[in-house]
Amino acid sequence: MRRSFLKSHVEDKLLRHIWSVIATIVVVASGNTSFAENAGDPKAVKSEDGKYLDKEGNPTFNVAADGTIDWYTYSGYRRYHSECHVCHGPDGMGSTYAPALKDSLKTMSYGDFLGVVASGRKNVSTSQESVMPAFGDNTNVACYMDDLYVYLRARANDAVGRVRPGKREEKPAAYTEAESACMGKPH
Amino acid sequence: MRKVLLATCLGTMAASAAGVAIANDELTKMAQNPKDWVMPAGDYANTRYSKLNQITAANVGKLQVAWTFSTGVLRGHEGGPLIIGNMMYVHTPFPNKVYAMDLSQDNKIVWKYEPKQDPNVIPVMCCDTVNRGVAYADGKIFLHQADTTLVALDAKTGKEVWTVKNGDPGKGATGTSSPLVVKDKVLIGISGGEFGVQCHMTAYDLKTGKLAWRAFSEGPDDQIMVDPEKTTALGKPVGKDSSIKTWQGDQWKIGGGCTWGWTSYDPELNLVYYGSGNPSTWNPKQRPGDNKWSMTIFARDADTGMAKWVYQMTPHDEWDYDGVNEMILSDQQMNGQNRKLLTHFDRNGLAYTMDRVTGELLVAEKYDPKVNWTTGVDMNKSSPTYGRPKVVDQYSTEKQGEDVNTKGVCPAALGTKDQQPGAYSPDTQLFYVPTNHVCMDYEPFKVNYTAGQPYVGATLSMYPPPGETHMGNFIAWDNKTGKIVWSNKEQFSVWSGALATAGGVVFYGTLEGYLKAVDAKTGKELYKFKTPSGIIGNVTTYENNGRQYIAVLSGVGGWAGIGLAAGLTDPTAGLGAVGGYAALTNYTALGGALTVFALPQ
Repeated sequence: MRRSFLKSHVEDKLLRHIWSVIATIVVVASGNTSFAENAGDPKAVKSEDGKYLDKEGNPTFNVAADGTIDWYTYSGYRRYHSECHVCHGPDGMGSTYAPALKDSLKTMSYGDFLGVVASGRKNVSTSQESVMPAFGDNTNVACYMDDLYVYLRARANDAVGRVRPGKREEKPAAYTEAESACMGKPH
Repeated sequence: MRKVLLATCLGTMAASAAGVAIANDELTKMAQNPKDWVMPAGDYANTRYSKLNQITAANVGKLQVAWTFSTGVLRGHEGGPLIIGNMMYVHTPFPNKVYAMDLSQDNKIVWKYEPKQDPNVIPVMCCDTVNRGVAYADGKIFLHQADTTLVALDAKTGKEVWTVKNGDPGKGATGTSSPLVVKDKVLIGISGGEFGVQCHMTAYDLKTGKLAWRAFSEGPDDQIMVDPEKTTALGKPVGKDSSIKTWQGDQWKIGGGCTWGWTSYDPELNLVYYGSGNPSTWNPKQRPGDNKWSMTIFARDADTGMAKWVYQMTPHDEWDYDGVNEMILSDQQMNGQNRKLLTHFDRNGLAYTMDRVTGELLVAEKYDPKVNWTTGVDMNKSSPTYGRPKVVDQYSTEKQGEDVNTKGVCPAALGTKDQQPGAYSPDTQLFYVPTNHVCMDYEPFKVNYTAGQPYVGATLSMYPPPGETHMGNFIAWDNKTGKIVWSNKEQFSVWSGALATAGGVVFYGTLEGYLKAVDAKTGKELYKFKTPSGIIGNVTTYENNGRQYIAVLSGVGGWAGIGLAAGLTDPTAGLGAVGGYAALTNYTALGGALTVFALPQ
């Protein structure tokens, strides 16, 4: 507890693992795909341990007939408004200095999303200085990549509005386990 | 550590003893000349008051634009220009350009300075790439860059005289605040409360840039520069280890308490005054204790840096109510006695009136009636909780706990007022305060610390108070009684610094881009003009060639540019249900321009 904010050796190992997975995805993404219009059909075709997947096998949101949303969308909402909203605005709406991700995710692929979040990007010119930092070694972001992607994908497809998600699925047991492993214990 | 610092300090003082009085006298004297505007706050007391009276309540309605200047930079323009004789110095947000213009030569640009900075600092700045202005002394202009470099420029040529690095942007430390020159030292704060920086106030030698003293907001006594016996809090010695015993383990090392606001100075008492910001993280459960001395007003000896008194306004912050807002110094009569007062409008929604000699708390009252997280400060001197705010459980994110969404907390994290400085007119003895009128939901959760990465740990959403449609007020405040005298509604938060003048007029800007002039006594609107972009800059006045001018920077952004540009959510009525929630983007767009006004000749 006393040193909860310091990464343990075990966590370091885990982090390196996450990083290498992300790095692989980035290589694949930049090698095989163009940057835009790769968002794909967001329709969920199956679910594994509370995570919904589209026909490409990429994570996606799910809104049940009674409005119940999946855990990842809810978790992504929370993490987004801690880590991302100070630049990208509330609810993915953008700000005076960072793009609206509810629009970006209309065209951005899953692979590109992971790549930019992990490695950052720069767009600096005389009239604009946009710099996205690299979050690859920040567990508060890296451990929640899919949550963030699913939430923003839901926003981009108008599946959730500009409100805090209401009725939601329970936190899956497998999720809790993976989260603890990724974030490191104990707190 | 302290001994080393003191030794350095004494050495510096001895070496430049002759220069000490000169720099200080020069600035004090210059600040008394109402034709100039020699420091960002107008004077050491941070009153933002000018004796100029050509523009009056009777004629301000005829005000016209005299000239304009594009800064060539977009994004949030906070602060305002300095005017010294015929020269005007205009600063910009990142990349932190400085223009020196000759007002006697049709505003010709005499020199321009643009530092080379690593753009990686941009995303480490929590809330836009703002800068709150340059300082002047001893023939030099002092610029605090985004990457924490403090640079001294020759005021005549713009050439670098010296530079010094005040912090490490790789660990989340950045520079947004304006320097203040006191005697032979340049004082500078630091930003990074959302990145777990152990923040400090630092003094550098005016001539060389050599470090004179550095006082952290949290840490062991030598680092925070308090004397356990002599430094007082509400009249009592703070005692040994006053800071570290209020943190768990060594969390103070990533404790925040940043110093990015304004600093004021009383030459007679030789004390500087400033406030410290939020403790890191925003999740209160993760950092048990009072987290001293975050959220604190400091009174420090200008020469040595040692604290004379401290007062923590929001112990164990649960809402991100940084204590960095300006300390306005005034000499007023209170209960028949002459008092040296310090008035501070805190983010937490309380306005404090203190005795600035002793740190005695005189008044602490809400300056927005909607403030609900506290029922008020315990003013009973014999109470064990004397001086502490009484927290309402319903709005306590600590009590509600992690992973719980605490709803309807007023004010929101951006405070009833943020850094936008208020003004004080000795003519009316009223304070003119730009305010936010916004509430929030706040949900804290666990986060891990990674150096140089955001260390936030809370999700929040903001909206106007229930049943209301406006998100700002511009108020006149009586600091002796703790009461609002008049209040003007504004559709958006007022994020612009105010100016009070001897002409009986008070000026401020709005996020839509209006420069407004109101009657100092009644608040009646007398003039407005829509500038090229939303105003988050501070209004300034000066006289040149017999004419009084009013100047203000436009350029929407800052924290206001995050939430408000997108429109705030309203969880009860639905988005956009009422006009007051409409997006700021319907009114203004990015810009970067100085607009200067005068009466027609």
